Amino acid sequence: MTALVEVDGLTLEVGGTGTVVVNNVSLSLAPGEVLGIVGESGSGKTLLARAVIGLEPPAIRRTAGTIRFEGQDIATLTPKAMRALRGSRIGMVFQEPMTSLNPSMTIGRQLEEGLVLHRAGDAAQRRAAILDMLRRIGIADPEAALVAYPHQFSGGMRQRIMLASVMLLKPALLIADEPTTALDAVVQREVLELMLELTRDHGTAVLMISHDLSMVARYTDRVVVMCRGDLIEQNDTAEILARPQQPYTRQLLNAMPHRSPAREVPEGAPIVAVRGLVVDYPGKQGTKRALHGIDLSVQPREVVAVVGGSGSGKTTLGRAIAGLLKPSAGEILFAGRAIAKSDESWRAYRLNCQMVFQDPYASLDPRMTIGQLIGEALRVVPDLTRAQKAARILEGLDEVGLEKKFADRYPHELSGGQRQRVAIARAVVRRPSFVIADEPVSALDVTVRAQVLALFLELQQRHGFSCLFISHDLGVVEQVADRVVVMQQGRIIEQGDRDQIFDHPQADYTRVLLSAIPALEAVSGGGVQLKWRFDAPPLASS
Amino acid sequence: MKRRRLNAVIGIVLIGALLIVAILGMIWTPYDPLGISFGARLKPPSPAHWLGTDEFGRDVMSRLMKGAATSVRISCFTVAVALTIGTALGIFTGFVRGWTDRVIMAFTNALLAFPGILLALALLTVVGANEYGIILALGIAYTPSVARVVRGTVLSLREKEYIEAARVMGNSELFIMARHILPNCIGPLIVLGTSMFGWVLLAESALSFLGLGVPPPAPTWGNMLASGRPFMVQAVWLGLFPGICISLTLLGINLLGDVLRDRFDPRMRGL
Repeated sequence: MTALVEVDGLTLEVGGTGTVVVNNVSLSLAPGEVLGIVGESGSGKTLLARAVIGLEPPAIRRTAGTIRFEGQDIATLTPKAMRALRGSRIGMVFQEPMTSLNPSMTIGRQLEEGLVLHRAGDAAQRRAAILDMLRRIGIADPEAALVAYPHQFSGGMRQRIMLASVMLLKPALLIADEPTTALDAVVQREVLELMLELTRDHGTAVLMISHDLSMVARYTDRVVVMCRGDLIEQNDTAEILARPQQPYTRQLLNAMPHRSPAREVPEGAPIVAVRGLVVDYPGKQGTKRALHGIDLSVQPREVVAVVGGSGSGKTTLGRAIAGLLKPSAGEILFAGRAIAKSDESWRAYRLNCQMVFQDPYASLDPRMTIGQLIGEALRVVPDLTRAQKAARILEGLDEVGLEKKFADRYPHELSGGQRQRVAIARAVVRRPSFVIADEPVSALDVTVRAQVLALFLELQQRHGFSCLFISHDLGVVEQVADRVVVMQQGRIIEQGDRDQIFDHPQADYTRVLLSAIPALEAVSGGGVQLKWRFDAPPLASS
Repeated sequence: MKRRRLNAVIGIVLIGALLIVAILGMIWTPYDPLGISFGARLKPPSPAHWLGTDEFGRDVMSRLMKGAATSVRISCFTVAVALTIGTALGIFTGFVRGWTDRVIMAFTNALLAFPGILLALALLTVVGANEYGIILALGIAYTPSVARVVRGTVLSLREKEYIEAARVMGNSELFIMARHILPNCIGPLIVLGTSMFGWVLLAESALSFLGLGVPPPAPTWGNMLASGRPFMVQAVWLGLFPGICISLTLLGINLLGDVLRDRFDPRMRGL
């Protein structure tokens, strides 16, 4: 069988410095095959894929190896021949649906662009092909979509349209670089299944790049694991999962969230409670109600997870409870007392309620050292001498596993995981009794995510603070939560103990959410078995 | 990185030279910068007069040295006035928003609608054409653009998660402005301030040209350039040397501005 793509001993370096970013990688892809490339940031997976289509950044130099596409060495192709290949034979879907479509062009014109360039046929034929494709990807009114602009569609719809524009040309190879990372789990699954359906119909091979091993495992025949430019392991997907050969692969598998044993949460008066919370966002087309009267309580030492897709209002809820948003109605009770911004109750609440944000790059002031950042949390704590403060800062660093020397560094000198550790240290250094964590680990790499999550839980146990854990990732929630609250469109649709929600969900929406994530079961041989809930078997293996 | 280092050295040398000349010019000049000598009118550069003489026989080098102090003083104070008022207004309006913001911004927008030089002219007729008048007039004329830049920066900064984080920690709005917002505005402010230094030098020349600058016979680079214009054909040095002085100063200021901006940004340190 001739391979569609044949990469042989490919080595890529950063020009000038000579840093090797892809090291002697060989792999092949058969026509119609679905191959996953899994790796964390810096593994070289994206550069490898971009090299296949000849779109590596200018600073990257190929120092060894060849890439053959349909038997042709792409290094020997003229720029013109390469352009003819792109789009026509090799299509690519990018990560960010919000920016990969041109906001100032109608959907119809963007879809037509590729057809005009690469395919014969007149305007009427193109229109027919486009309408047909829009119908295929589930656009309700294709005629209207032709003259609509990208901003009129949701992220998931845009990614479908992106997919349509690529698949219109029926390429032999589709490169999908983290195609659904920016989408929530349910939409992610819909887009991926659409992608596989379309590619299977046209016999298109897929190179799927992702950091998410369980997602790749669900949809691919074969998986390549990469780490720091090296190809660690490649094998059939089932084989990799069941019998990983390399320690790094095993580490990746272990980093996938798994259910921890249920804990006893002592009964008691709730530390934080909200009653009838309503939040409205003023907008040009009248106010938009983001929360429709939320009732929620958190017991001492309890971790309550709020889950839901994008637009469910979970982040708004967190921000309102943190006092960053003014609710239109309803009240927040701290230790049984309603808080009001005007009096002493607010101050007590402020001292006891802290927050960890999602993006470790945006939540630390770039102009302050780590020591100053953590120290800022202690600024409003009464009766603390300078020496005590300094000691508390170092203690805080130590607690999150960072050495003393980090106190004098700036955020940009730290990795994403280290930054999130700093953010956690800043939140807990004041010993709050309640912490709101808004997607605290979703911006992190898989193995780092597992470490940071473990650290967060350990601190939660040690200091016994209650936690409102907001996340779209049910895998993570399954690992950390005592109780789960499911939200949809600004309302709580189901809540209960974790095991009850995960094993016996009542609401349909909860089932849909759960069907997007696997349940892990360890098997002998150091591997895991993925089980999909409430669902037919995954498409790729059918 | 070598190139940046070189830029920094050039900037520092140029500005250093300027300051030395300006200070020296206040104490000593080769000739009296105001001393008229009709026997030596429009003489080209020579060992006696290194940079030649002007239409009244005054030594160009002495006048340039004396003028350096005036020009630099005017530019520095004007930039300082514009940056201070503009930053205060920008941070205040950007952070408070609401009605205060709308009223103040409407006013600055109205000011912006006038060309800066026209506004300065109008103000000068009120405050009088002298050094302080120029500083005040130009300072006010350039305030709106500073306010707008700062307000824009503040508006984008206030949505940042680290500002929200500071709020969750219980810090007052005043503290957040001083500790988080202001330091993060410094980058754009330095860039704006250094380019404004150039605009002010030029605006001062333009005002002198219109007869509303520092009144003659006191020399500034601007009025030297202006008064040399009728003689450009016979005595090119009259326009050339003040022009070179202005250009080199602008170059030095801009290079120095880049250095300062990087210095103030921890992300750029150690590069």
